Amino acid sequence: MRREIPLILTATVGIVYIISFFIPHRPFGSVETLFSDWILIIAAFAIWLGALNLLRVSADKIYRKKKDWFYALVTILSFFLIAIIGFFFSRGSHFQDVGTSFDYLYRNVYNPLSATMFAILAFFVASASYRAFRARSWEATLLLLAAFFVMLGRVPIGDMISGFLPENIRLSEVATFIMNIPQSAGQRAIMIGIGLGIISTALRLILGIERTYLGGD
Amino acid sequence: MNFFDKLMKIDRRIIFLFVAAAVILPFFLSIHQKILISPEVQGLYDAFESLPPGSKVMISYDYDPASAPELQPMAVAAMKYCFAKGLKVIILGLWPQGSIQANMAIESALEDSMVKEKNPQYGKDWVNLGYMSGNELVIQRMGTDIPVTFPRDYQGNPVEDLPLMQGIKNFSNVDFIFNLSAGYPGTQEWVQFAADRFHAKLGAGNTAVQAPGMYPYLRAGQLVGLLGGMKGASEFEKLTDFEGKGTKFMLSQSFAHSIIIIFIIIGNLAYFISRGVKKK
Amino acid sequence: MRIVRAMSKRNKRINWNLVLLLFIFSLFILSPAFAQEDTLPPSPPTDVMAKDTPNDAGGSITITWKKSADDGAGKNNVTGYLIYRSEEGDRGYKEIGQVAKGSKEFTDGNTKDKINYYYKIKAVNKSGLFSFSEPSPPATSKAQWFSSGRKNTLIAALILGGLILYFISQARAGKELFIRKIAGLDAVDDAVGRATEMGKKILYIPGTQDMDNVQTIAGVTILSRVAKITAEYETPLEVPVSRSLVMVTCREVVKEAYASAGRPDAFKENMVHYLTDDQFGYAAGVDGLILREKPATIFYQGAFYAESLIMAETGNSIGAIQIAGTAMPAQIPFFFASCDYTLIGEELFAASAYLSKEPKLLGSLKGQDIGKAIILLMLTAGILFITTGLWRGFDSLFIVQ
Repeated sequence: MRREIPLILTATVGIVYIISFFIPHRPFGSVETLFSDWILIIAAFAIWLGALNLLRVSADKIYRKKKDWFYALVTILSFFLIAIIGFFFSRGSHFQDVGTSFDYLYRNVYNPLSATMFAILAFFVASASYRAFRARSWEATLLLLAAFFVMLGRVPIGDMISGFLPENIRLSEVATFIMNIPQSAGQRAIMIGIGLGIISTALRLILGIERTYLGGD
Repeated sequence: MNFFDKLMKIDRRIIFLFVAAAVILPFFLSIHQKILISPEVQGLYDAFESLPPGSKVMISYDYDPASAPELQPMAVAAMKYCFAKGLKVIILGLWPQGSIQANMAIESALEDSMVKEKNPQYGKDWVNLGYMSGNELVIQRMGTDIPVTFPRDYQGNPVEDLPLMQGIKNFSNVDFIFNLSAGYPGTQEWVQFAADRFHAKLGAGNTAVQAPGMYPYLRAGQLVGLLGGMKGASEFEKLTDFEGKGTKFMLSQSFAHSIIIIFIIIGNLAYFISRGVKKK
Repeated sequence: MRIVRAMSKRNKRINWNLVLLLFIFSLFILSPAFAQEDTLPPSPPTDVMAKDTPNDAGGSITITWKKSADDGAGKNNVTGYLIYRSEEGDRGYKEIGQVAKGSKEFTDGNTKDKINYYYKIKAVNKSGLFSFSEPSPPATSKAQWFSSGRKNTLIAALILGGLILYFISQARAGKELFIRKIAGLDAVDDAVGRATEMGKKILYIPGTQDMDNVQTIAGVTILSRVAKITAEYETPLEVPVSRSLVMVTCREVVKEAYASAGRPDAFKENMVHYLTDDQFGYAAGVDGLILREKPATIFYQGAFYAESLIMAETGNSIGAIQIAGTAMPAQIPFFFASCDYTLIGEELFAASAYLSKEPKLLGSLKGQDIGKAIILLMLTAGILFITTGLWRGFDSLFIVQ
């Protein structure tokens, strides 16, 4: 029964969900909202599982003085600092208001850290492009040319360089053409394949043909 | 290993240094770039322009600080434009950090002299409904009943006490929706649930990485306009006459793109020369 | 005579003053600020029709009308429309909403089923003057048992589902089904073997989204196969996750995989651990793990957003073998540039069937492929029909409401 009950639940919920897409009448029409509310409630409680696990793993690293245990200490201290300040020193439910201690930490710590991680992408795009955009074959050359036109066409410098050309073949127009036509077509083709893959996987899950997510074969 | 082989396998930190220089150097230069307006940005601006004063605009802040460099300039320009033109703004966020980013955008907007003249007031000229969990379900529920979905604003005030929210029942009472999105939930969900199901008029601002995926919706007419990345932000700032960080930092982006192109050209030259040397 | 001449001169002066006065007065009359049009209300909207909003659960009526003649033209330029509703028809109208100028439709989502409602539309101009339309005929809202706007989706779902089930039954009956090589999946064994030889661990990242995302389920399915191999080879495995529910599921999956490989003792709970829900916090955590632990092999299998390149480039910088798989179109190029093997889109969903070689799973792949062939045929037919004008309405067969 340990495996049968989840399979029956999966099949029932899956079939009811699909039916509710086609039947708007009560009670089917409200099934989507109901199930999604349940997922949110479960996920909200599950956050505690993750948080406790993070604290446990970090505490274990510190206790056993494993390699680089200092980072685990930083993790635990940051966790409690934000939690305590947010709950007790930031005007209660108005913790998001401008001027609270939580707001100060958000703007001066969380904001710059997040932006910094995202900014790393600029450097990594450069190194990945340098390595990947080599004209090794006909397809790689096409990729290289597309990258060239789009990268230059999407910044004002592209029009400065190609300003002497007729308007409809300037870099920005070529970039717009590439984005609107071949890029859109490629995206849609991949999305069609992905859509079919999702349908097939979902059907296998609902019918119990795919059971690996339950553990075991 | 000859010189060109070494060039092909150059230490990535050298590339990082050049990119850093390309981004930082423009801070000390005052080169003015000509910003050409693309049709998708013009479409969004035209949608804003067609709204008479007093129209209700819903702005959904669906991003976090990581995407703020690209999306915050769009948000600030939009808020300044709305306040200066007398449009009423209903703010919400499907991401937890969204409503905080909105407060920051409003702070910046209120510092503008044109906006100060209009003296916008909370509750009358704008409201912040805060964050609501539920992703696309929130959009679906708003299509039926906004006050039930957001019974209180982000400060805990009942929505029925806010003058701006009087008569706002669902999307048909909102004249335009502008979504700022960095991922999920975001523009795709707004298109699927607000534009498609409830026929809401929708425009969007996305990060540069995400914008290409929205072109099919733009071409299908589900989006009236689209701002893509910092370039989109700079174009929008130009159209609204509220120049800000989008325009200021475009030079850095131009330089960075150029440096990447130069490195790609160097890499390919090294590849072909190295191949030629090996063949000999 | 002098007096007459003087009076006549005065009369002439008076006449010119009169002319001047009349001229100034006529300027006022003709000027826009005092134009007669400014005091007139706009033309009313016409043809107001109300009907039950189709394909819904009831409680909604859609009202349509023809715009006022002064909307967008004429000097009584309409600024907007207000919608009024009554249950009686001749009285008791109350305002229920408003729309901007140019609008021709409004949805009243606050009706009770089986009650007759009447609607009037009020056109307003900038002077605040208005005119009402004639009331609409009565309309009643009701719930529909079938969403007729989605019948083409139902047909497509039945065809595709039927194909998948047919080929599954064929595979169960023992029919051999060909499946092309997928380089990324063939490399899984070698990648695990490499980590074993080097004595280093394997890092497995099952995406950054929750269990309600099909890509995460696909990633977890592949994890099960990889975990079984690592159990057999006794290679250390670490699975940092971004969602609590994913942590719980992955833990179960890895535990079962180790048990089925006959190595339940080798399983440690801390193999699967939670980092953070925050996108870039998770990327920072994974980067830290990669740089400190220096795994020999890294798997990225699931749904990713912008953090994909940050993690993949960091993995590339330490020389790890990287096998990625995602169905996020925007992230595929990043993985392509930084990883040794990339499963593109549906290859991620095919992985489970490919690795297990189970007939039922292979059968579903075949059904999927036939479905794609049908879509290709439809696309080709559509291009032909619409470009040549043979059947311009062909695309309307595919509209979903």
